[in-house]
Amino acid sequence: MTTHDHFASVPRTDFDIPGRSHGLIDVVRWRYLLRLLVRTGVTTRYRNSVLGWLWSYVRPAAQFFVFWVVLGIFMDLDRVPNYAVYLFSGIVIINLFSEGFKNATTSIVGNAPLVRKVFLPRQLFAVSAVLVSFVHFLPQLALLLLVCLLMGWAGSVTLLGVLGAVVGILIVMVFSLGLGLFFGAVNVRFRDAENIVELMLLLATWASPVLYAWTMVQDAVVDKLGWPGWIVDLYMLNPITQGVELFHYAFWRPASQAIVDSAGYVGEALTPVPPMLAMNTLWSAVVAVGTLLIGQLVFRRLEGKFAQDL
Amino acid sequence: MTQTAKRPSIIIDGVRKTFTLNHAFSLKDTVVSWIRRRKLSSTFEALKGIDLVINEGESVAILGMNGSGKSTLLKLVSGVMEPDAGEVLTRGRVAGLIEVGAGFHPELSGRENVFLNAAILGMKKHEIEERYDEIVAFSEIEEFIDQEVKHYSSGMFLRLAFAVAIHVHLDVLLMDEILSVGDVPFREKCREKFEELIADGKTLVVVSHDMEMVRQLCTRGVVISKGEVVYDGELEGAIALVDAA
Repeated sequence: MTTHDHFASVPRTDFDIPGRSHGLIDVVRWRYLLRLLVRTGVTTRYRNSVLGWLWSYVRPAAQFFVFWVVLGIFMDLDRVPNYAVYLFSGIVIINLFSEGFKNATTSIVGNAPLVRKVFLPRQLFAVSAVLVSFVHFLPQLALLLLVCLLMGWAGSVTLLGVLGAVVGILIVMVFSLGLGLFFGAVNVRFRDAENIVELMLLLATWASPVLYAWTMVQDAVVDKLGWPGWIVDLYMLNPITQGVELFHYAFWRPASQAIVDSAGYVGEALTPVPPMLAMNTLWSAVVAVGTLLIGQLVFRRLEGKFAQDL
Repeated sequence: MTQTAKRPSIIIDGVRKTFTLNHAFSLKDTVVSWIRRRKLSSTFEALKGIDLVINEGESVAILGMNGSGKSTLLKLVSGVMEPDAGEVLTRGRVAGLIEVGAGFHPELSGRENVFLNAAILGMKKHEIEERYDEIVAFSEIEEFIDQEVKHYSSGMFLRLAFAVAIHVHLDVLLMDEILSVGDVPFREKCREKFEELIADGKTLVVVSHDMEMVRQLCTRGVVISKGEVVYDGELEGAIALVDAA
C-alpha cells in the first residue's frame, strides 16, 4: 500500500499529528483546565497545616524582620526615610518573582505522572505555577497597602503610580514565567537546574535595590570605583530591579511623602526617582517578553522528550 | 466492507522510535567511564519502522510479548511521545485509557477530581457538567463523592478514574492493559460500555494480554515482535501466533 492510498477517502487536512504543541496559544485553548489547576494549587497548598494561609504572611514577615533589624538598625541603612515600608514593598515583589520562578521550574518534574502518561500542553503547568504564586502574593500586597494607607498613602498617590505597580507585577510575572519555562524544561533532563535556580534566587534579593537604595549603586560604581555609567544603566534594566523600583514609586514614595514634608523632620530626603523610569520600564518589559520567547522556544524544543526523560 | 467503512482513523507510516539509555548521569560518572573506555550511552530500538492503518469503526488488538514495543506505539498515537522517524496521523478526538487516575489529586474530593481529570483528558466545562451524573452513576460511589480521594479504597479509586476516562468524548479510544479494573460485575459493565462504543462506530485500539477480553471486543489482531509488525489480520491468527511464541 502506498502513502497516497491513505488519503483516498479522507483528505490529509482532516488528520492531526498527535502531540504537536502550539506553544502558549494552547494555554488559551485549555483555559478551563488552567483554572482548575490554579484552584487546585491554591486550595491544596496549605492542606493539613494548622496555620494554613498564615504561612503566606509568616515567611515575608520573618524576612522583613531580619533585614529590618540587621540592615536597618545595626548597619544604619534606615537613613533611607521610612525604611520599613521601603524594605517591605521590595520584599513583596521579590517574593512574587521567587515563588513563581521556583514553582514553574519544578512544575514539569512535579507533574511527572501526568507528563509521562497523558498528552496535554505542558506549558499549562508552568503557567499555573506562576498564577498560583500571584494568588499568594495578593494577601502580602493587601498588607502593604494597609500599612501605606495608615501612613497617608492615599494623599500623595497618583494614577501613574498605581499603573506603575500593575506594570511592575506584569513584568515580574512574565519574566518569572520565561525563566521558569526555560529551567523547567532543562530540569527534566538535568536536575542541576533546580540548584542553579536556588542560587539565582539567593542572588536576586541582593541584585536589586530591595535592601539598599539604587543611588548607593550609582555612588559605588561611578564615584568610588570609577567604572563607566552604563554598568548602572544595565543594572537598572534587570526586570526585577524595575519591578522593585516601580513598587517603591507606587507605595513607598507616596506613603513617605507626608513624613518627609512634616515640620521638624530631620534626615535624608526621599531617594530620587531613577532617571528614565518610564523608558527603563519599557526596556525591561522588552527584556521580560524576550525572556518569555526564549524560554518558550527552548521549552518547545525539549518538550518532545519529556515523557521518555522523566 | 463498504467504502464508508474504509476511512482511516489512525495512520502509522514508517514509524521508528529509538531510546537512548544513559549510563553516566553525573560529571564523575562521565569521567570514570571515559577513563575505563566504557560506552556512555546505548541505544535501544523500540520500534523499527511500523506501518499500520486503522480504519474508522475498527477494533484492533495489538498483541506481543512484553517489551515488544506495543505500549510505545500507543504512546506515539496518544501524543505523549514523538516518533524519531516516520509519521503518525490521527483523526478526531483521541482518548487514552492508558493510565487511569494519573491526574487524580489525593487531597481533592471525588467531585473535584472528576472535573479536574475530565479537563485533563480534554473535555470542556459544559461537557463535563452534562456527563457528571452519568460518570458518578457508572462509578457507583455516589455516597463518597464529596470525600477526599485519599480516603478511598483502591477499588473505589480505580472505578472513579475509569468512569471519568470512559465518558470522555472520543472518536478513537486507546486502551493499555486496564481491563483488570474492579470486581466481576464492574468489569462486565465496562465490557458493555466498550461494546456500546464499538456499536457507535468508534475506533478501538487495545493492548492487552487478557485474550478472553480481546476476543470479546476485537476483530482484527496485530502482532508486534521486537519492534516490527509480524502479523496483521484475523484476530484468531494473531492469538495463535502469540500463544505459539
